[in-house]
Amino acid sequence: MNTISFTTEKIAKTFNRRKIFSEISFSLNKSDSLAITGRNGSGKSTLLKILANVLSPTKGEIGMKINDKIVKPTDYFAYLGLVSPYLQLYDEFSGWENLDLFRRIRGVDASVDYLTELLRRVNLWERRNDYVRTYSSGMKQRLKYAFALIHRPPILLLDEPTSNLDTEGISTVYQIIEEQKKAGILIVATNDAEDMKKCEQVLDLNTQASGKDPK
Amino acid sequence: MAFKLLLGIWLCLVIIAGISLPITKNPTNWYDLPFVPGLEDKARIIFFHVPMAWVTTLAFIISLIYGIRFLAKKNMDDDLKTAASAGLGLMFCILATVTGSLWAKFNWGSFWNWDPRETSIFVLLLIYGAYFALRSAIEGEEKRATLSAVYAIIAGATAPFFIFIMPRIVEGLHPNEAIVSKGKISMNPTMLLIFLSSLAGFTALYFWMLNLRVRAERLELKHHMKGE
Amino acid sequence: MTTFSAISATLTIFKKDLRSELRTRYALNALIMFVITTISVILFAIGNESVSPELLSGILWIIIFFSTMSGLSRSFVSEEERGTVMTLHLIARPLTIYFGKLLFNLILLGALNIFTVILYLLFVTGFNVSSYSIFIVTILLGTLGLASASTIIAAIIAKANTKGTLYPVLSFPILLPLLLTVINATKLSVEGAAFIDAVGDFQVLISYLVVITTISYLLFEYIWKE
Repeated sequence: MNTISFTTEKIAKTFNRRKIFSEISFSLNKSDSLAITGRNGSGKSTLLKILANVLSPTKGEIGMKINDKIVKPTDYFAYLGLVSPYLQLYDEFSGWENLDLFRRIRGVDASVDYLTELLRRVNLWERRNDYVRTYSSGMKQRLKYAFALIHRPPILLLDEPTSNLDTEGISTVYQIIEEQKKAGILIVATNDAEDMKKCEQVLDLNTQASGKDPK
Repeated sequence: MAFKLLLGIWLCLVIIAGISLPITKNPTNWYDLPFVPGLEDKARIIFFHVPMAWVTTLAFIISLIYGIRFLAKKNMDDDLKTAASAGLGLMFCILATVTGSLWAKFNWGSFWNWDPRETSIFVLLLIYGAYFALRSAIEGEEKRATLSAVYAIIAGATAPFFIFIMPRIVEGLHPNEAIVSKGKISMNPTMLLIFLSSLAGFTALYFWMLNLRVRAERLELKHHMKGE
Repeated sequence: MTTFSAISATLTIFKKDLRSELRTRYALNALIMFVITTISVILFAIGNESVSPELLSGILWIIIFFSTMSGLSRSFVSEEERGTVMTLHLIARPLTIYFGKLLFNLILLGALNIFTVILYLLFVTGFNVSSYSIFIVTILLGTLGLASASTIIAAIIAKANTKGTLYPVLSFPILLPLLLTVINATKLSVEGAAFIDAVGDFQVLISYLVVITTISYLLFEYIWKE
């Protein structure tokens, strides 16, 4: 992917007449990274879900261009990857079955070797044939990363990226983050200071102010 | 204000005419109504029962239209109208079913017979009931509006099947030939006049009530939002 | 996405639901027992009375209707209850999910109905089919129509609160035209009518199937999108 562009214009979300946020606008290109921060309940996860196209905004538009071609909203899902505490995987299937399932449904060109590589990377290779319901929360979190990366998404969205992870897991995640920043766009929703440092720009939902945060 | 009074007077006249104009075997005076064999005095029901059945169908269609509009534009006001119309439709449906059932008792001896038209109005009642059961089971406003609009459309799509298949399957009791024969409405002119006036009156009543309900709901909404 | 990959994705969703069901057997055991229990209750209630074949035709479809209501909502409701709806949102288009689950419901209902019909034919005396051609086509078209209508309604109630009781309430008015027609056709098959007599009913069933499936296809995305 040579050029990627991900823009939002005046995104607003209201739930049962309670306004959560409004006028969220930003524009990101390849190798941009954005941290979304704010106190609990300010709508970080909600905004991320809207950006991942799993929730509709009350108002506003999202635009995506890959290699200068406009992507239709019905196709967004092919270019987005999401890791979130709200994400659930199928716990009656094994880790491997889950990934294989997602690979087939997505219709991606990922080979069995790539799945192997992903599972090794997130350190789940040994447990790949165990049912997900036997996984610890940290293992589930790591599997979610494998899930998000199956289709090598140009845009990666992470909600609380380091939750439930030990130091080894966190360092794997930071590696993934660095690679993503080079290859595409990264958006992180978090209050963790370390996580925030990984991003160039910050969008604070408390004040709904956004600005570049020079490293 | 004037409209309300006019409507009230109109409907009163219709009701009086429907109930009191004499039914004679050979209508000679302009105010005489014809004698329909088998129906006699009970023919009067046509002035009330049929318009109610008509209005409940109209209410459903209008509900459906606003539901489709909501899906297209996501304007909550359209959902407000859908629900208001459906509420009125439910009321008129109950009235139509009850008046029909009472008349069935007097005319054919039993309250219910699963005659095609009886079954159709009952199914409409079930649809209205299901519609409101669905609405009360969803919390989010927009989701409630979307899902109930979708259900109304699905129900509206299956309704025509009813109209066409039922007569094939079940023998009908409803009087048809006495009044509608050879595709033309061959009703005595006075009767036709009263019937059409009643139809117009009830339709106007529906629209007036719909207007009131919509305005009331909008006010309540505004009040509710201010209170937050 | 090419047509091939769309079909492949749909089949994968179907296979996922199938494998999940076979592995956990949440629904299958309950459904089989439901059919057995219901037929037993009916047999018990009939006792030694002779019941007209017409009535028995209606009862068969009552059993089928309620077993449909017991089993066909699981496909959508389980995703909601487990929170995997968002996962599906992330990996597939709405229609892929719809057709995958429709296929699953179809196979599930088909298997269940074959089971029900066989038990019914074996154990309910007085119910004897004379024209099997009518009977088989009726069961086939009835199953297709039932599965189609029940699937879209299941998608709706999965997003509501009181899912269990709401499902038959919403489904019955929608299914009534189908039920009346299949009961009528079943009666014809028991009376030994000629195939040509049932063609009218079959036409109704086919047009019902087309209408419901088309409407579902057009409306599913509105139901599915949050």
